[in-house]
Amino acid sequence: MHELSICQALVDQLEGIAAQHPGKQVAEVYLGIGPLSGVVPQLLNDAFSVARAGSCADAATLHIHESEIIVRCLSCGKQSPATANRLLCSHCGEWQTELVSGDELLLERVELEAFEQSGESSQKYH
Amino acid sequence: MCDTCGCSITEGNRHLIDEGGKHEHSGAVEVLSNLLHENNHTAAHNREHFDRHHVLTINLMSSPGSGKTALLETTIEQLGEKYRIGVIEGDLETENDAARIRAKGVPAVQIMTGTACHLDAHLVHSALHDMNLDEIDILFIENVGNLVCPASFDLGQHYNVTLLSTTEGDDKPAKYPVMFRAADAMLITKSDLLEVLGDFDPQKATQYLRNLANPAEVMTLSARSGEHIDLWIEWLQKRFQEQQQRIAGGETRRPAIQADGIALHAAR
Ligand SMILES: Nc1nc2c(ncn2[C@@H]2O[C@H](COP(=O)(O)OP(=O)(O)OP(=O)(O)O)[C@@H](O)[C@H]2O)c(=O)[nH]1
Ligand SMILES: [Mg+2]
Ligand SMILES: [Zn+2]
Ligand SMILES: [Zn+2]
Ligand SMILES: [Zn+2]
Ligand SMILES: [Zn+2]
Ligand SMILES: [Zn+2]
Repeated sequence: MHELSICQALVDQLEGIAAQHPGKQVAEVYLGIGPLSGVVPQLLNDAFSVARAGSCADAATLHIHESEIIVRCLSCGKQSPATANRLLCSHCGEWQTELVSGDELLLERVELEAFEQSGESSQKYH
Repeated sequence: MCDTCGCSITEGNRHLIDEGGKHEHSGAVEVLSNLLHENNHTAAHNREHFDRHHVLTINLMSSPGSGKTALLETTIEQLGEKYRIGVIEGDLETENDAARIRAKGVPAVQIMTGTACHLDAHLVHSALHDMNLDEIDILFIENVGNLVCPASFDLGQHYNVTLLSTTEGDDKPAKYPVMFRAADAMLITKSDLLEVLGDFDPQKATQYLRNLANPAEVMTLSARSGEHIDLWIEWLQKRFQEQQQRIAGGETRRPAIQADGIALHAAR
Protein backbone atom coordinates (compact mmCIF):
# COMPACT_ATOMS: atom_id res chain seq x y z
CA MET A 1 0.00 0.00 0.00
CA HIS A 2 2.15 2.84 -1.26
CA GLU A 3 -0.62 5.34 -0.53
CA LEU A 4 0.54 5.29 3.09
CA SER A 5 4.14 6.11 2.10
CA ILE A 6 2.82 8.91 -0.06
CA CYS A 7 0.69 10.28 2.79
CA GLN A 8 3.67 10.19 5.12
CA ALA A 9 5.60 12.25 2.57
CA LEU A 10 2.59 14.60 2.35
CA VAL A 11 2.47 15.04 6.13
CA ASP A 12 6.21 15.83 6.12
CA GLN A 13 5.59 18.58 3.56
CA LEU A 14 2.67 19.90 5.64
CA GLU A 15 4.88 19.96 8.75
CA GLY A 16 7.38 22.03 6.79
CA ILE A 17 4.70 24.53 5.77
CA ALA A 18 3.19 24.72 9.27
CA ALA A 19 6.65 25.35 10.73
CA GLN A 20 6.81 28.53 8.65
CA HIS A 21 3.54 29.72 10.20
CA PRO A 22 3.89 29.61 13.97
CA GLY A 23 0.64 29.28 15.90
CA LYS A 24 -1.24 27.83 12.95
CA GLN A 25 -2.36 24.37 12.05
CA VAL A 26 -3.36 22.87 8.73
CA ALA A 27 -7.10 23.06 8.07
CA GLU A 28 -7.58 22.18 4.42
CA VAL A 29 -5.33 20.28 2.03
CA TYR A 30 -5.95 20.29 -1.73
CA LEU A 31 -4.42 17.61 -3.93
CA GLY A 32 -4.52 17.10 -7.69
CA ILE A 33 -4.33 13.42 -8.61
CA GLY A 34 -4.34 11.96 -12.11
CA PRO A 35 -5.52 8.46 -13.09
CA LEU A 36 -2.00 7.69 -14.34
CA SER A 37 -0.28 8.73 -11.10
CA GLY A 38 -0.55 5.19 -9.78
CA VAL A 39 -2.45 6.40 -6.74
CA VAL A 40 -6.04 5.53 -5.85
CA PRO A 41 -7.79 8.60 -4.37
CA GLN A 42 -9.94 6.56 -1.99
CA LEU A 43 -6.91 4.70 -0.62
CA LEU A 44 -5.04 7.99 -0.31
CA ASN A 45 -7.93 9.40 1.66
CA ASP A 46 -7.97 6.40 4.01
CA ALA A 47 -4.20 6.51 4.44
CA PHE A 48 -4.31 10.21 5.24
CA SER A 49 -6.42 9.66 8.33
CA VAL A 50 -3.68 7.32 9.60
CA ALA A 51 -0.69 9.41 8.55
CA ARG A 52 -1.94 12.74 9.90
CA ALA A 53 -2.44 11.49 13.48
CA GLY A 54 -0.46 13.57 15.95
CA SER A 55 0.83 15.93 13.24
CA CYS A 56 0.10 19.57 12.45
CA ALA A 57 -2.58 18.24 10.10
CA ASP A 58 -4.39 16.20 12.74
CA ALA A 59 -7.62 18.12 12.16
CA ALA A 60 -7.17 18.72 8.44
CA THR A 61 -9.63 17.88 5.69
CA LEU A 62 -8.26 16.38 2.49
CA HIS A 63 -9.72 17.51 -0.83
CA ILE A 64 -8.75 15.45 -3.85
CA HIS A 65 -9.37 16.81 -7.30
CA GLU A 66 -9.06 14.11 -9.94
CA SER A 67 -7.65 15.34 -13.20
CA GLU A 68 -8.53 14.14 -16.69
CA ILE A 69 -6.24 12.33 -19.07
CA ILE A 70 -5.41 14.50 -22.08
CA VAL A 71 -2.93 13.50 -24.78
CA ARG A 72 -1.34 15.45 -27.61
CA CYS A 73 -0.82 13.64 -30.89
CA LEU A 74 2.73 13.58 -32.21
CA SER A 75 1.35 13.15 -35.71
CA CYS A 76 -1.56 15.62 -36.12
CA GLY A 77 -0.72 17.81 -33.13
CA LYS A 78 -4.26 17.87 -31.75
CA GLN A 79 -5.21 17.20 -28.16
CA SER A 80 -7.85 14.73 -27.08
CA PRO A 81 -9.16 13.06 -23.93
CA ALA A 82 -8.04 9.46 -23.42
CA THR A 83 -8.37 6.58 -20.98
CA ALA A 84 -5.59 5.07 -18.87
CA ASN A 85 -4.95 2.08 -21.11
CA ARG A 86 -5.74 3.69 -24.49
CA LEU A 87 -3.64 6.80 -24.85
CA LEU A 88 -4.38 7.12 -28.55
CA CYS A 89 -5.24 10.23 -30.54
CA SER A 90 -9.01 10.31 -31.00
CA HIS A 91 -8.68 12.48 -34.12
CA CYS A 92 -6.38 10.35 -36.28
CA GLY A 93 -5.94 7.14 -34.26
CA GLU A 94 -2.16 7.53 -33.93
CA TRP A 95 -0.67 5.76 -30.88
CA GLN A 96 2.36 7.98 -30.56
CA THR A 97 1.12 10.71 -28.25
CA GLU A 98 2.45 12.61 -25.29
CA LEU A 99 0.61 13.17 -22.06
CA VAL A 100 -0.61 16.71 -21.41
CA SER A 101 -2.27 15.84 -18.11
CA GLY A 102 -3.35 12.80 -16.14
CA ASP A 103 -0.30 11.72 -14.14
CA GLU A 104 -0.41 14.47 -11.51
CA LEU A 105 0.49 13.73 -7.93
CA LEU A 106 0.38 17.24 -6.63
CA LEU A 107 0.01 19.11 -3.39
CA GLU A 108 -1.75 22.16 -4.80
CA ARG A 109 -2.83 24.28 -1.86
CA VAL A 110 -2.88 24.32 1.90
CA GLU A 111 -5.09 26.43 4.15
CA LEU A 112 -4.04 27.19 7.69
CA GLU A 113 -6.02 28.30 10.69
CA ALA A 114 -5.12 29.52 14.16
CA PHE A 115 -4.66 26.72 16.66
CA GLU A 116 -7.41 27.66 19.13
CA GLN A 117 -10.20 27.93 16.60
CA SER A 118 -12.54 25.05 16.06
CA GLY A 119 -13.34 23.91 12.55
CA GLU A 120 -16.66 25.75 12.58
CA SER A 121 -15.49 29.24 13.38
CA SER A 122 -12.22 29.04 11.51
CA GLN A 123 -11.67 31.66 8.89
CA LYS A 124 -11.48 30.29 5.37
CA TYR A 125 -9.62 31.97 2.56
CA HIS A 126 -10.05 31.67 -1.20
CA MET B 1 11.76 21.36 0.33
CA CYS B 2 12.64 23.54 -2.58
CA ASP B 3 9.96 26.18 -2.80
CA THR B 4 11.29 27.77 -5.92
CA CYS B 5 12.52 25.00 -8.14
CA GLY B 6 9.19 24.72 -9.97
CA CYS B 7 9.75 21.02 -10.27
CA SER B 8 6.07 20.18 -10.43
CA ILE B 9 4.96 22.70 -12.96
CA THR B 10 3.63 20.99 -16.04
CA GLU B 11 1.69 22.19 -19.02
CA GLY B 12 -1.43 20.95 -17.35
CA ASN B 13 -1.11 23.15 -14.30
CA ARG B 14 1.08 26.01 -15.49
CA HIS B 15 -1.94 28.30 -15.73
CA LEU B 16 -2.30 28.18 -11.97
CA ILE B 17 1.14 29.72 -11.64
CA ASP B 18 0.72 32.13 -14.54
CA GLU B 19 -2.57 33.41 -13.20
CA GLY B 20 -1.60 33.99 -9.64
CA GLY B 21 2.11 33.48 -9.47
CA LYS B 22 3.52 31.38 -6.68
CA HIS B 23 1.88 33.19 -3.88
CA GLU B 24 0.73 33.05 -0.38
CA HIS B 25 -1.94 35.22 1.14
CA SER B 26 -3.35 35.23 4.61
CA GLY B 27 -3.58 31.58 5.45
CA ALA B 28 -3.73 29.94 2.03
CA VAL B 29 -0.47 28.66 0.62
CA GLU B 30 -0.20 27.73 -3.04
CA VAL B 31 2.28 24.90 -3.05
CA LEU B 32 2.22 22.94 -6.32
CA SER B 33 4.81 20.43 -5.33
CA ASN B 34 4.90 16.75 -6.13
CA LEU B 35 3.80 14.59 -3.22
CA LEU B 36 6.96 12.54 -3.73
CA HIS B 37 9.13 15.61 -3.84
CA GLU B 38 11.63 14.37 -1.22
CA ASN B 39 11.90 11.00 -2.91
CA ASN B 40 12.49 12.67 -6.26
CA HIS B 41 15.29 14.80 -4.85
CA THR B 42 16.99 11.79 -3.33
CA ALA B 43 16.58 9.95 -6.64
CA ALA B 44 18.30 12.81 -8.49
CA HIS B 45 21.05 12.63 -5.88
CA ASN B 46 21.44 8.87 -6.43
CA ARG B 47 21.65 9.48 -10.17
CA GLU B 48 24.50 11.92 -9.56
CA HIS B 49 26.33 9.19 -7.64
CA PHE B 50 25.84 6.77 -10.53
CA ASP B 51 26.96 9.27 -13.15
CA ARG B 52 29.99 10.38 -11.17
CA HIS B 53 31.11 6.76 -10.99
CA HIS B 54 30.28 6.06 -14.66
CA VAL B 55 27.72 3.45 -13.64
CA LEU B 56 24.71 2.46 -15.78
CA THR B 57 21.73 1.71 -13.51
CA ILE B 58 18.76 -0.42 -14.57
CA ASN B 59 15.58 -0.88 -12.52
CA LEU B 60 13.89 -4.26 -13.10
CA MET B 61 10.17 -4.41 -12.35
CA SER B 62 7.55 -7.15 -12.72
CA SER B 63 4.95 -9.25 -10.92
CA PRO B 64 6.33 -11.70 -8.35
CA GLY B 65 8.07 -14.61 -10.05
CA SER B 66 8.29 -13.26 -13.61
CA GLY B 67 11.96 -14.18 -13.76
CA LYS B 68 13.91 -11.10 -12.66
CA THR B 69 16.51 -13.00 -10.64
CA ALA B 70 16.83 -15.72 -13.29
CA LEU B 71 17.43 -13.04 -15.93
CA LEU B 72 20.13 -11.49 -13.73
CA GLU B 73 21.82 -14.86 -13.25
CA THR B 74 21.95 -15.40 -17.02
CA THR B 75 23.09 -11.82 -17.61
CA ILE B 76 25.96 -12.29 -15.15
CA GLU B 77 26.98 -15.52 -16.90
CA GLN B 78 27.05 -13.72 -20.26
CA LEU B 79 28.51 -10.36 -19.30
CA GLY B 80 30.30 -10.95 -16.00
CA GLU B 81 33.72 -11.14 -17.65
CA LYS B 82 33.29 -7.99 -19.68
CA TYR B 83 31.56 -5.70 -17.17
CA ARG B 84 31.72 -5.40 -13.43
CA ILE B 85 28.13 -6.00 -12.36
CA GLY B 86 26.48 -5.14 -9.04
CA VAL B 87 22.95 -5.84 -7.82
CA ILE B 88 20.62 -4.26 -5.30
CA GLU B 89 17.87 -6.70 -4.38
CA GLY B 90 14.55 -5.52 -3.02
CA ASP B 91 12.52 -8.17 -1.26
CA LEU B 92 9.82 -8.13 1.38
CA GLU B 93 11.34 -10.72 3.67
CA THR B 94 14.28 -12.81 2.56
CA GLU B 95 17.96 -12.68 1.52
CA ASN B 96 17.39 -15.48 -1.02
CA ASP B 97 17.74 -13.45 -4.20
CA ALA B 98 20.93 -11.73 -3.01
CA ALA B 99 22.36 -15.14 -2.13
CA ARG B 100 21.59 -16.39 -5.68
CA ILE B 101 23.43 -13.39 -7.15
CA ARG B 102 26.43 -13.74 -4.81
CA ALA B 103 26.68 -17.39 -5.81
CA LYS B 104 27.50 -16.05 -9.29
CA GLY B 105 30.43 -14.08 -7.84
CA VAL B 106 28.78 -10.66 -8.05
CA PRO B 107 28.32 -8.23 -5.13
CA ALA B 108 24.70 -7.93 -4.03
CA VAL B 109 23.08 -5.81 -1.34
CA GLN B 110 19.73 -6.99 -0.07
CA ILE B 111 17.16 -4.43 1.02
CA MET B 112 14.46 -6.04 3.08
CA THR B 113 11.50 -3.74 2.72
CA GLY B 114 9.37 -5.44 5.39
CA THR B 115 5.86 -4.14 4.89
CA ALA B 116 6.74 -1.69 2.11
CA CYS B 117 5.86 -3.22 -1.24
CA HIS B 118 8.27 -1.07 -3.26
CA LEU B 119 11.75 0.39 -3.14
CA ASP B 120 12.18 4.12 -2.70
CA ALA B 121 15.11 6.43 -3.35
CA HIS B 122 16.08 6.61 0.33
CA LEU B 123 16.33 2.82 0.65
CA VAL B 124 18.50 2.72 -2.45
CA HIS B 125 20.67 5.55 -1.15
CA SER B 126 21.37 3.63 2.07
CA ALA B 127 22.16 0.49 0.08
CA LEU B 128 24.73 2.49 -1.90
CA HIS B 129 26.72 2.92 1.30
CA ASP B 130 27.30 -0.84 1.28
CA MET B 131 28.43 -0.84 -2.31
CA ASN B 132 31.64 0.38 -3.93
CA LEU B 133 30.48 2.12 -7.09
CA ASP B 134 34.10 2.50 -8.23
CA GLU B 135 34.11 -1.23 -8.80
CA ILE B 136 30.85 -1.38 -10.76
CA ASP B 137 29.99 -0.71 -14.41
CA ILE B 138 26.37 -1.88 -14.53
CA LEU B 139 24.14 -1.79 -11.47
CA PHE B 140 20.84 -3.65 -11.51
CA ILE B 141 18.14 -2.86 -9.03
CA GLU B 142 15.67 -5.73 -8.72
CA ASN B 143 12.53 -4.06 -7.43
CA VAL B 144 9.98 -5.81 -5.24
CA GLY B 145 7.77 -8.12 -7.32
CA ASN B 146 4.69 -5.90 -7.68
CA LEU B 147 3.07 -4.27 -10.70
CA VAL B 148 1.34 -1.52 -8.75
CA CYS B 149 3.53 0.82 -6.81
CA PRO B 150 7.21 0.56 -7.81
CA ALA B 151 6.57 2.74 -10.89
CA SER B 152 5.64 5.71 -8.69
CA PHE B 153 9.04 5.89 -7.01
CA ASP B 154 12.04 7.15 -8.94
CA LEU B 155 15.19 5.52 -7.57
CA GLY B 156 17.78 7.34 -9.65
CA GLN B 157 17.96 4.65 -12.34
CA HIS B 158 18.66 5.48 -15.99
CA TYR B 159 16.27 2.89 -17.43
CA ASN B 160 13.19 0.95 -16.38
CA VAL B 161 12.95 -2.58 -17.70
CA THR B 162 9.60 -4.30 -17.16
CA LEU B 163 9.27 -8.07 -17.38
CA LEU B 164 6.09 -9.82 -18.42
CA SER B 165 6.24 -13.60 -18.28
CA THR B 166 4.34 -15.83 -20.67
CA THR B 167 2.56 -17.42 -17.69
CA GLU B 168 0.79 -14.10 -17.09
CA GLY B 169 -1.84 -12.73 -19.45
CA ASP B 170 -0.74 -10.86 -22.57
CA ASP B 171 -3.13 -8.06 -21.52
CA LYS B 172 -1.09 -7.14 -18.42
CA PRO B 173 -0.01 -3.80 -19.99
CA ALA B 174 -3.68 -2.82 -20.29
CA LYS B 175 -4.37 -3.85 -16.69
CA TYR B 176 -1.32 -2.09 -15.21
CA PRO B 177 -0.89 0.96 -17.44
CA VAL B 178 1.07 2.98 -14.89
CA MET B 179 3.77 0.32 -14.66
CA PHE B 180 4.01 -0.49 -18.37
CA ARG B 181 3.90 3.15 -19.46
CA ALA B 182 7.11 3.63 -17.46
CA ALA B 183 9.01 0.86 -19.29
CA ASP B 184 12.03 1.77 -21.43
CA ALA B 185 12.11 -1.86 -22.54
CA MET B 186 9.63 -4.70 -22.08
CA LEU B 187 10.92 -8.24 -21.79
CA ILE B 188 8.50 -11.06 -22.44
CA THR B 189 10.15 -13.78 -20.34
CA LYS B 190 9.89 -17.59 -20.20
CA SER B 191 9.47 -17.81 -23.98
CA ASP B 192 10.32 -21.52 -23.69
CA LEU B 193 6.79 -21.94 -22.31
CA LEU B 194 5.02 -20.20 -25.20
CA GLU B 195 4.27 -23.42 -27.03
CA VAL B 196 3.09 -25.29 -23.95
CA LEU B 197 0.81 -22.49 -22.87
CA GLY B 198 -0.51 -21.60 -26.28
CA ASP B 199 -2.56 -18.60 -25.21
CA PHE B 200 0.04 -15.88 -24.78
CA ASP B 201 0.48 -13.78 -27.90
CA PRO B 202 3.62 -11.59 -27.83
CA GLN B 203 2.17 -9.41 -30.61
CA LYS B 204 -0.92 -8.69 -28.56
CA ALA B 205 1.20 -7.82 -25.55
CA THR B 206 3.17 -5.43 -27.76
CA GLN B 207 -0.05 -3.88 -29.08
CA TYR B 208 -1.28 -3.27 -25.53
CA LEU B 209 2.04 -1.56 -24.81
CA ARG B 210 1.69 0.67 -27.90
CA ASN B 211 -1.83 1.58 -26.73
CA LEU B 212 -0.05 3.23 -23.80
CA ALA B 213 1.82 5.39 -26.31
CA ASN B 214 4.97 3.56 -25.34
CA PRO B 215 7.49 2.94 -28.16
CA ALA B 216 9.75 0.80 -25.94
CA GLU B 217 11.66 -2.07 -27.48
CA VAL B 218 10.06 -5.48 -26.83
CA MET B 219 12.21 -8.62 -26.53
CA THR B 220 10.78 -12.12 -26.18
CA LEU B 221 13.32 -14.33 -24.45
CA SER B 222 14.03 -17.16 -22.05
CA ALA B 223 16.58 -17.26 -19.27
CA ARG B 224 16.12 -21.03 -19.15
CA SER B 225 16.66 -21.98 -22.79
CA GLY B 226 18.78 -18.93 -23.60
CA GLU B 227 16.54 -18.03 -26.56
CA HIS B 228 17.04 -14.38 -27.63
CA ILE B 229 19.11 -13.59 -24.58
CA ASP B 230 21.58 -12.19 -27.13
CA LEU B 231 19.06 -9.42 -27.97
CA TRP B 232 18.94 -8.38 -24.33
CA ILE B 233 22.73 -8.52 -23.96
CA GLU B 234 23.07 -6.36 -27.06
CA TRP B 235 20.47 -3.90 -25.75
CA LEU B 236 22.36 -3.61 -22.46
CA GLN B 237 25.71 -3.05 -24.11
CA LYS B 238 24.25 -0.30 -26.29
CA ARG B 239 22.77 1.40 -23.24
CA PHE B 240 26.13 1.12 -21.47
CA GLN B 241 27.95 2.79 -24.36
CA GLU B 242 25.35 5.56 -24.52
CA GLN B 243 25.69 6.11 -20.79
CA GLN B 244 29.47 6.57 -21.13
CA GLN B 245 28.92 9.04 -23.99
CA ARG B 246 26.37 10.98 -21.96
CA ILE B 247 28.72 11.21 -19.00
CA ALA B 248 31.52 12.42 -21.27
CA GLY B 249 29.13 15.12 -22.50
CA GLY B 250 28.07 16.06 -18.97
CA GLU B 251 24.53 14.74 -19.44
CA THR B 252 22.35 12.25 -17.66
CA ARG B 253 19.20 10.33 -18.47
CA ARG B 254 16.03 9.63 -16.61
CA PRO B 255 13.59 6.86 -17.50
CA ALA B 256 11.31 7.81 -20.37
CA ILE B 257 8.17 8.41 -18.38
CA GLN B 258 7.81 9.17 -14.73
CA ALA B 259 5.39 10.61 -12.30
CA ASP B 260 4.55 14.22 -12.87
CA GLY B 261 7.26 16.77 -12.44
CA ILE B 262 10.30 14.60 -12.14
CA ALA B 263 11.32 15.39 -15.66
CA LEU B 264 11.57 19.06 -14.82
CA HIS B 265 13.69 18.35 -11.84
CA ALA B 266 17.32 17.65 -12.44
CA ALA B 267 19.47 20.09 -14.38
CA ARG B 268 18.55 20.29 -18.02
N1 LIG C 1 10.35 -22.06 -17.85
C1 LIG C 1 11.02 -21.02 -17.38
N2 LIG C 1 11.01 -20.73 -16.06
C2 LIG C 1 11.67 -19.66 -15.62
C3 LIG C 1 12.38 -18.81 -16.49
N3 LIG C 1 12.94 -17.81 -15.76
C4 LIG C 1 12.57 -18.03 -14.47
N4 LIG C 1 11.81 -19.15 -14.39
C5 LIG C 1 11.23 -19.75 -13.17
O1 LIG C 1 10.28 -18.85 -12.62
C6 LIG C 1 10.35 -18.87 -11.20
C7 LIG C 1 10.60 -17.48 -10.66
O2 LIG C 1 11.83 -17.00 -11.15
P1 LIG C 1 12.65 -15.84 -10.42
O3 LIG C 1 13.82 -15.52 -11.26
O4 LIG C 1 12.91 -16.20 -9.00
O5 LIG C 1 11.56 -14.67 -10.48
P2 LIG C 1 11.61 -13.23 -9.78
O6 LIG C 1 10.92 -12.29 -10.71
O7 LIG C 1 13.01 -12.90 -9.41
O8 LIG C 1 10.73 -13.50 -8.48
P3 LIG C 1 10.55 -12.53 -7.19
O9 LIG C 1 11.88 -11.93 -6.88
O10 LIG C 1 10.05 -13.43 -6.14
O11 LIG C 1 9.53 -11.51 -7.62
C8 LIG C 1 11.47 -19.85 -10.84
O12 LIG C 1 10.89 -21.08 -10.55
C9 LIG C 1 12.29 -19.91 -12.11
O13 LIG C 1 12.96 -21.13 -12.26
C10 LIG C 1 12.39 -19.15 -17.90
O14 LIG C 1 12.98 -18.45 -18.74
N5 LIG C 1 11.68 -20.24 -18.27
MG1 LIG D 1 13.76 -12.29 -7.55
ZN1 LIG E 1 -3.67 12.65 -34.22
ZN1 LIG F 1 14.28 20.81 -6.81
ZN1 LIG G 1 11.51 20.24 -6.05
ZN1 LIG H 1 24.70 10.40 -1.25
ZN1 LIG I 1 4.39 -0.14 -2.44
